[in-house]
Amino acid sequence: MELAIGIILGCCALGAGLAMIAGIGPGIGEGNAVASACEAIARQPESKGSVTTTMLMGCAIAETTGLYALVIAILLIFVAPGLLVDILVETLGAL
Amino acid sequence: MICLAKKSLVFKIIDAFYVAMMILPIAFGVVFQVLTEPASEGISLTGARIFFTIPMPVQDFPVTESQLNSAIVMVVVLFLCLYLTHGIGEKVELKRQHFAEMIVEKVEGLVNENMGDYFKGFTPFIIAILALSALSSLLTLFGLFPPTSDINIVGGWAVLVFILITYYKMKAGPVTYLKSFTQPVALLTPINVISEIATPVSMAFRHYGNVLSGTVISVLLGSALASLSSKLLGWLPGFLGDFPLFQVGIPAVLSVYFDVFSGCLQAFIFAMLTMMYVAGGFPFEEYEKRKAKKKQKQKAN
Repeated sequence: MELAIGIILGCCALGAGLAMIAGIGPGIGEGNAVASACEAIARQPESKGSVTTTMLMGCAIAETTGLYALVIAILLIFVAPGLLVDILVETLGAL
Repeated sequence: MICLAKKSLVFKIIDAFYVAMMILPIAFGVVFQVLTEPASEGISLTGARIFFTIPMPVQDFPVTESQLNSAIVMVVVLFLCLYLTHGIGEKVELKRQHFAEMIVEKVEGLVNENMGDYFKGFTPFIIAILALSALSSLLTLFGLFPPTSDINIVGGWAVLVFILITYYKMKAGPVTYLKSFTQPVALLTPINVISEIATPVSMAFRHYGNVLSGTVISVLLGSALASLSSKLLGWLPGFLGDFPLFQVGIPAVLSVYFDVFSGCLQAFIFAMLTMMYVAGGFPFEEYEKRKAKKKQKQKAN
């Protein structure tokens, strides 16, 4: 029983860590967006306002996939262990 | 409205009442939190605390911290509006009128730029979203639980936006709305349905995830600094050894980004996405055609 609970907790933590690999994508994407925005502002300083607004919007959209991963990681850390341990206790208790 | 003489005693008393009603709910929230929060040591990361549940036929209805805090925000926003518009007139006599006009004009410009003339009436709705979302996120500055880091609250807003999007898509008739799912090929219908549902889900997750990640990182940094100071300064005698010196000031720097900047930015992004989705989904040409057809029918009758 203790071993099974230990495996559940460890795997939940591992899964949360693996889920956050998705953070790489938004990082690269936002970096590209900001780099292009800097170039655009350097070329046309008068368009700074609209470029900044568009860039922030684009960053927010690019962030979405990373945030999905974050939500999954948070669920795995805070919600999943309790649920899974409850299921385990129920099934083993019935045996 | 009754035209009161500016700077008279009654005017000042009403002003003071409005200001007090802005501060009192937050003070109440802080006192309530201090009185009811269970003592905890080390890392404490919990969701919204449930105060009590109201039994309902299908599912019990829990009354949580986030509902209380969003009610506090609503009261604050209401009295902020009353304060800003108190003593307003054609002739500008008070500084706050400039501030109120600035807010309205900025958002009106934003709505006109992003949505076009047809959606002029959206300004109050957008201002409401901005104020509610920004002030909810800024509640963390008082140490209160921010309602925006609860998926249920933000999900409710996203469902509201989804209803608005669908309503404006339906403006050109339900047949056109259903046909829009089969664009460009009928084969893509399931994917179009999924992307339709993904809109509110991604809006809710974006706002909630950003605010929650700020909270998680702040708590992790706070506990890390506490253990660091106990490792480095633990050898000092008595009170000095127990005092978490590194926890003073350093988390505030992070808080400026995560609480102030990120909170306001997320409010802005939520409002911008609302405007873009509502205006982008609206089939303007088909709506005009339908209107013209209806007029022709009326004339024929």
